[in-house]
Amino acid sequence: MTYIAKPKIDLPGQKRNELGLTERDYEGAMSTLCAGCGHDSITAALIQALWEMSVAPHQLVKMSGIGCSSKTPAYFVHGAHGFNSVHGRMPSVATGAMAANRDLICVGISGDGDSLSIGFGQFGHVIRRNLNMLYMIENNGVYGLTKGQFSASADPGSTAKKGEANEMQNINTVATAISMGATFVARSFSGDREQLIPLIKAAIAHPGCAILDVFSPCVTFNDHVGSTKSYAYVREHLHRANGADLIMPAEEISVEYREGETLPVEMHDGSMILLKKVDAEYDPTSRPAALGYLEKQRLAGYVVTGLLFVDDSLPEMHAISKTAHAPLKDLAFEDLSPGGEALVELQKGLK
Amino acid sequence: MKIGTVNGTGSASANGLLMKALFRMGVPVTGKNLFPSNIQGLPTWYEIRANHRGYMSRSGRADVMVAMNAQTYQKDLNEVSPGGFLIYDSTWPRESSLHRQDITVLGVPLSKLCNENFDVARIRILMKNVAYVGVLAALMDIDLEVIKTLLEETFASKPKLVESNLKAIMIGHDYALENFTCPLPVRAEKMGDNAGHILIDGNSATGLGCVYAGATVGAWYPITPSTGVMDAFKAYCNRFRTDPETGKKNFCIVQAEDELAAAGMVLGGNWAGARSFTPTSGPGISLMSEFIGFAYYAEIPSVFIDVQRVGPSTGMPTRTQQCDLMLCAYASHGDTRHPMLFPANPKECFEMAVQVFDLADRLQTPIFMLSDLDIAMNDWMVPELEWDDDFRPDRGKVLGPEELKEMDRFVRYLDVDGDGITYRTLPGEDAKGAYFVRGSGHNRYGAYTEDSDEYQDVMERLLVKWETAKTLVPPALLSKAKRKTKLGIVAFGSSDGAVIEARDTLAEQGVHADYLRIRSFPFGQEVIDFLHDHETVFVVEQNRDAQMKALLILETNNIADRLVSITHYNGMPIPSECVVQGIARHLNAEVAA
Repeated sequence: MTYIAKPKIDLPGQKRNELGLTERDYEGAMSTLCAGCGHDSITAALIQALWEMSVAPHQLVKMSGIGCSSKTPAYFVHGAHGFNSVHGRMPSVATGAMAANRDLICVGISGDGDSLSIGFGQFGHVIRRNLNMLYMIENNGVYGLTKGQFSASADPGSTAKKGEANEMQNINTVATAISMGATFVARSFSGDREQLIPLIKAAIAHPGCAILDVFSPCVTFNDHVGSTKSYAYVREHLHRANGADLIMPAEEISVEYREGETLPVEMHDGSMILLKKVDAEYDPTSRPAALGYLEKQRLAGYVVTGLLFVDDSLPEMHAISKTAHAPLKDLAFEDLSPGGEALVELQKGLK
Repeated sequence: MKIGTVNGTGSASANGLLMKALFRMGVPVTGKNLFPSNIQGLPTWYEIRANHRGYMSRSGRADVMVAMNAQTYQKDLNEVSPGGFLIYDSTWPRESSLHRQDITVLGVPLSKLCNENFDVARIRILMKNVAYVGVLAALMDIDLEVIKTLLEETFASKPKLVESNLKAIMIGHDYALENFTCPLPVRAEKMGDNAGHILIDGNSATGLGCVYAGATVGAWYPITPSTGVMDAFKAYCNRFRTDPETGKKNFCIVQAEDELAAAGMVLGGNWAGARSFTPTSGPGISLMSEFIGFAYYAEIPSVFIDVQRVGPSTGMPTRTQQCDLMLCAYASHGDTRHPMLFPANPKECFEMAVQVFDLADRLQTPIFMLSDLDIAMNDWMVPELEWDDDFRPDRGKVLGPEELKEMDRFVRYLDVDGDGITYRTLPGEDAKGAYFVRGSGHNRYGAYTEDSDEYQDVMERLLVKWETAKTLVPPALLSKAKRKTKLGIVAFGSSDGAVIEARDTLAEQGVHADYLRIRSFPFGQEVIDFLHDHETVFVVEQNRDAQMKALLILETNNIADRLVSITHYNGMPIPSECVVQGIARHLNAEVAA
């Protein structure tokens, strides 16, 4: 992960958020990914979303595993602590960090290799624990750093750069997440910032584990004819179940929408997600409906995007554990160690 | 005394009662549970050693054998020491098969007696085991009043159980009085009150130590024999750290999906500023190795409690060994070395569980506390645990917002103080302290690098830290022989009791040896001095391949020719006779040569 510092240029008249910070303050080091990589578009969307939400940089933690996608936490919010862990194990490190300090805002960046192969177990179990985080999967169907092997999300029948066809079934990230009990599941496309940014914001606002699967074409190894994760293929087969806008509770609703075409979904913190309904019958609060719809569209050859499922009534990890409200890392030693007298008392029962 | 029963028949509480009664009579006592990897139905044994000298290791003798499991009668019969006694359930007489000239066999129709006195089938099975406590009380002159008090304490909220247990005890007791000459020559004598001592197992003491150390995040995957650590941590936290009004908890325990995840949680928790730990056993350490290497290189404090069991592979999960030294010392790929602590008994488990968090925070590296199944799951009589209310944890070099304000710029891996330990910051506090943790090549500023010099610079500095570690870990304890000697013994952990007893036995035979009990790795100067000061050093350990001896050879100079290995690795706790025989064999061979 080559590090190239990006010069910070303060231009007069730049817009500032509630914290008085400009979008530049949410940037990181220069990306060393290939020119045109979908991941860089996702990074740009993250920067804009975090800036617009006025997330305090020091409160953010950026977690990742190994792979092209996992490099990207170096490329946004330089004022946030980052943790580039080992392959497929980001969720466990994120769990430990959030256990220690529940006030952190946790953004985990993973890829299809990182989450659907080597880290499939941790992917499933962080969903089960409903850890309060944005879990982003930058999904390109291919192993880039090792030069082009199929990943577990490669569609059956799709071909590698040298023409070899994948004959195995793929793991459908969103359907898997929904069936495993995820409380927020969305899918988007790196080339669709208009849809992606509100979904990122909604995922961060969601009080639990928010899975965001983003198709992100690999321009070097998986952007050819025969690939089902290329820019051209995804654009042609993209089918929006809905678009979304996140309206923060304090903000005025300024998004234009027409009655009957939108479905407002109220989030736990009072914010609203407005779903722009392409399919009038689509209901993102029903697990069976979501799974059925996904399967129907898949058979029809469509890549469904949008907010696919949400249920923010389910308790996240700390609610389940009944953890104290204050971050555990900040508790005074006096509140943790029972002291000498208690030890004497306790040992009376050991005689 | 050895008691053979069937797993899952309530014998554990009967055996505990027996042991505690002896303890209350002031007799030094230890109990060793020899149990199968099974929930119900397989043979299990409990050994109680009571002796006025206070030796704690396994004696290898069975003066009194209680055979409650027909499946193992023959084996139990063979194990009784000459002159000893075998007690069995004579509801189904076995005079012909249970026959040895040199021991006394006493039959008590326990099943018959319990069937006559209790109605429910399950109760009959349980009470049969309580009844042998009564038999032993009569045969060995164990104070019935003490037993009665113990039952009243145990079942304070269930008086009916006191009644039925006492009834069973009296059935056994009275039968023995009527039919045998009581007491036997092997009997208990009241010695005092064992003041200042407690009975505790190592896992409970370890869990309690983690509470006192201020650990707040516990991540784990269940594995024998370490499970008791988290059970104890949870129980003590529920007792001491739960708000009685709101029910809110000042701790967070995560049962992970596997050991890999448990290790990741420990790293994440410590990185974010909460004292975090995981209890596990050898197979877990194997799985955690990837993260252990990460924590070494990225310098994240992390606490790994390895309760060792018999390996390799799944091995024998309910048997004991000291077999993970090499695994832990150099866990993970690449050049890595990790400090280890070796508690020798539950009291040290408590103390070292506190110490290990300070060491991890100060050294910013993974630290292993290695106990074993013998210490962890058996009841030990140890001096009372002590606590200094002035103790405050040493969190090591952590910079907060105030300190950062004074600085132009924060960098993560710069050795400002020359001790190889650098400053860290915690997420959630200050953007100025932000840095990027990575297991990939990095330079002293914390930035990614593929530059040879920059890489090597950090690796060299980690060696400086290793030298600092030698001065921070608990030193080895020296016990000099009464006479000047060129013989030395090195041991660690649960082998301690066997060495203490063996030295007394050998001294009676005119063989004197100094003893150094190693309590940590890396070895301090005192270990090197001891090796150089003795012509022959016996290294006593409970594994096949002499791992401690290998570590001593690897980490010190020119001493291989003076080290003699004494190993015991059959899964049972090491008895003192193994040490005595090992030393005698070597000395005799030398004489012969």
